[in-house]
Amino acid sequence: MNIRVGIPRSMFYFDYIPLWKRFFECLGAEVIISPRTNKHILNRGVNACVDESCLPVKVFHGHVDYLKDKVDCIFIPKIISTYKREYNCPKHLGLPDMIKHSFSELPCIIDIEVNLRKSDRNLKKSVLNAGSFFEKRKRRIYNAFNEALKQYDDYVKMMTKGIIPLRTFDKNDDMSLLSSIIRKDYNRTILVLGHSYNIYDQFINMGLIKKLKNLGFDIVTAEMVEEKRAREYAAKLPKRMFWTNGQRIIGAAYSLIDEKSISGIIYVSAFGCGLDSVFIDLVERKAKEARIPFTLLTIDEQTGEAGVNTRVEAFTDMLDWRKKDEDNISTLW
Amino acid sequence: MKITFPHFGNVYIAGKAFFEELGQEVIPPPKSSRKTLEMGTKFSQETICLPLKVMIGNFLESIEKGADTIVLTGSCGPCRFGYYSILQRNILEELGYNVEFIVLDPAGEGFKRLKKNAYTLFNAKNIRDVYRAGKLGWQLINKADYITDLSNKKRAYAVNSHEVDAIIDRYYRDAEKTFRAKELMDLMDDTINELNNVKLKDGFEPIRIGIIGEIYTVIEPFVNMEIERKLGHMGVLVDKSLTPTIWVEHHVKSFPFGSKTERLKYKKAEPYLKTLVGGHGRETVGSAVYYAENGFDGAIQLLPLNCMPEIVAKSILSSVIEDYKFPIMTLILDEMTGEAGYMTRLEAFVDLLYRKREEKKWKSII
Repeated sequence: MNIRVGIPRSMFYFDYIPLWKRFFECLGAEVIISPRTNKHILNRGVNACVDESCLPVKVFHGHVDYLKDKVDCIFIPKIISTYKREYNCPKHLGLPDMIKHSFSELPCIIDIEVNLRKSDRNLKKSVLNAGSFFEKRKRRIYNAFNEALKQYDDYVKMMTKGIIPLRTFDKNDDMSLLSSIIRKDYNRTILVLGHSYNIYDQFINMGLIKKLKNLGFDIVTAEMVEEKRAREYAAKLPKRMFWTNGQRIIGAAYSLIDEKSISGIIYVSAFGCGLDSVFIDLVERKAKEARIPFTLLTIDEQTGEAGVNTRVEAFTDMLDWRKKDEDNISTLW
Repeated sequence: MKITFPHFGNVYIAGKAFFEELGQEVIPPPKSSRKTLEMGTKFSQETICLPLKVMIGNFLESIEKGADTIVLTGSCGPCRFGYYSILQRNILEELGYNVEFIVLDPAGEGFKRLKKNAYTLFNAKNIRDVYRAGKLGWQLINKADYITDLSNKKRAYAVNSHEVDAIIDRYYRDAEKTFRAKELMDLMDDTINELNNVKLKDGFEPIRIGIIGEIYTVIEPFVNMEIERKLGHMGVLVDKSLTPTIWVEHHVKSFPFGSKTERLKYKKAEPYLKTLVGGHGRETVGSAVYYAENGFDGAIQLLPLNCMPEIVAKSILSSVIEDYKFPIMTLILDEMTGEAGYMTRLEAFVDLLYRKREEKKWKSII
């Protein structure tokens, strides 16, 4: 019988799922992904997790709780760094450890360490460690990884074109994020900013994307800006940004603000997110300078949907009025 | 150049004498108070952690007194502290203050800049001057910490614990009036003598509690509401896992290998947490294990609200509590923390430890 590997649909799932899924399948494992986040999963997470942590971490605990009796092992990589001299959020650094100490009975956890802070060569070791759970022959592990990498590259390419192609990998993922490849009306494009696990999880952000689409707005996310371009802009900060997430979020926001291709920014942040408290400040200052409307949606496990609706509608109304009522006549008479 | 720096426990005493010895003019911020915090909170981001808010308050108060250069140590992730200098500069600029920031980033961020900053700051012309300055600073900080540590010990054993407070308060007051290192060293020696003359209780065995957690909240007395004094008056011997001395030893003196004490903590933490989580998360877990193994009665974890590394540590500490049957209480500090509620929790925790000890005693007799 094949080994069943569980992957929680949370955190880095939205960034790396094609890579992971293909890799494990090439090694002959059966991949089981937890369902989309729902109330039930959230409640399980809240019960298991330490109460000070942020919403996405609690949701992640819920997904692990769902998977733990259904699979032989759960894949929770410890992604310390994915880029030279950069880090991830401290909570990502301790995620497998938090999980291990929060649950009493767990299946085996594949908690390989991915640390490319000093050198990219460490990736080879991480891949080998992950593969060694299923396969002894090194050659085969590398082959599986290379094949998975190809799929991952396609995924990234599609994302930069403006498609979030989650559907291709799992029928459970929703299509509401699909946007037209060519953006037509630049005056009605909103940049939805935030960590990928807040933006693409429709339960965490309470269907924000769907709401905006229904109101007739086009959506851009940070992942739709090319990485190279984002890094160029992030390099303009007075101090080197040492979080990979920050490079993406700040770089994407700065480049789009500079391009003037967005009419507003909605930042979705989980309450208590440490990184966001820095990013919000940096993005908001820049947006203010460029006179681009900015709003912040803080979410936690108690947020009511009605309040979010009101705020989103008020924001979009304001954008419309801004366009309609602006007479473009100079005040200097 | 009129130098100022944020408050960080007793560092300002050593820092003042140190920079004066190097020929710089120093304006230490007034003691952190409710007003400092209020000013800091007013102008800082809402969701940022507490240390930044208090620091902004410190800066504003020193700028009022005439400071124009702010000295800050830096770091490069993964904790938020690494980006403090940028955020603070933005805030002060927005308020219309034109101050210079000298940030001592680790050498990995560009050795040249560190060298330049150190040279201007230490008034040094060559590497030997820097070394000499460093040596002096090390002596000062060591002695300042020794006094803090000694007072914590004496307070637990003293017949009248308020006598220790009086000595320490006088020492802090007088230290502000001293000029340069020599005068301060004399004052410190006097204080040590006085502390050693405090009358102690005979045959008293105090409860021993280790303070662990985020470095700023452990060290800065305003933020942790003088936890050492509060516990000391209850007859508790307090040991702090992090002091300025330990920080300097780990990050500067034994660079790049790290100090012995910190490496020991990493080793102790290894069964629970193998890799770094930023800040002092790994040290917190290591210190908890260390205190549990060395016969302490309990530990108190301090953290500012939303501190990322300490939240990871907290979820892991639950296993340490289970494995060693070692009580650990977590106190979260933010700008709203009320003193009365805080006091109640401390008293309850100490009562619990006393009871636990009594139970153990009776069990062994029976």
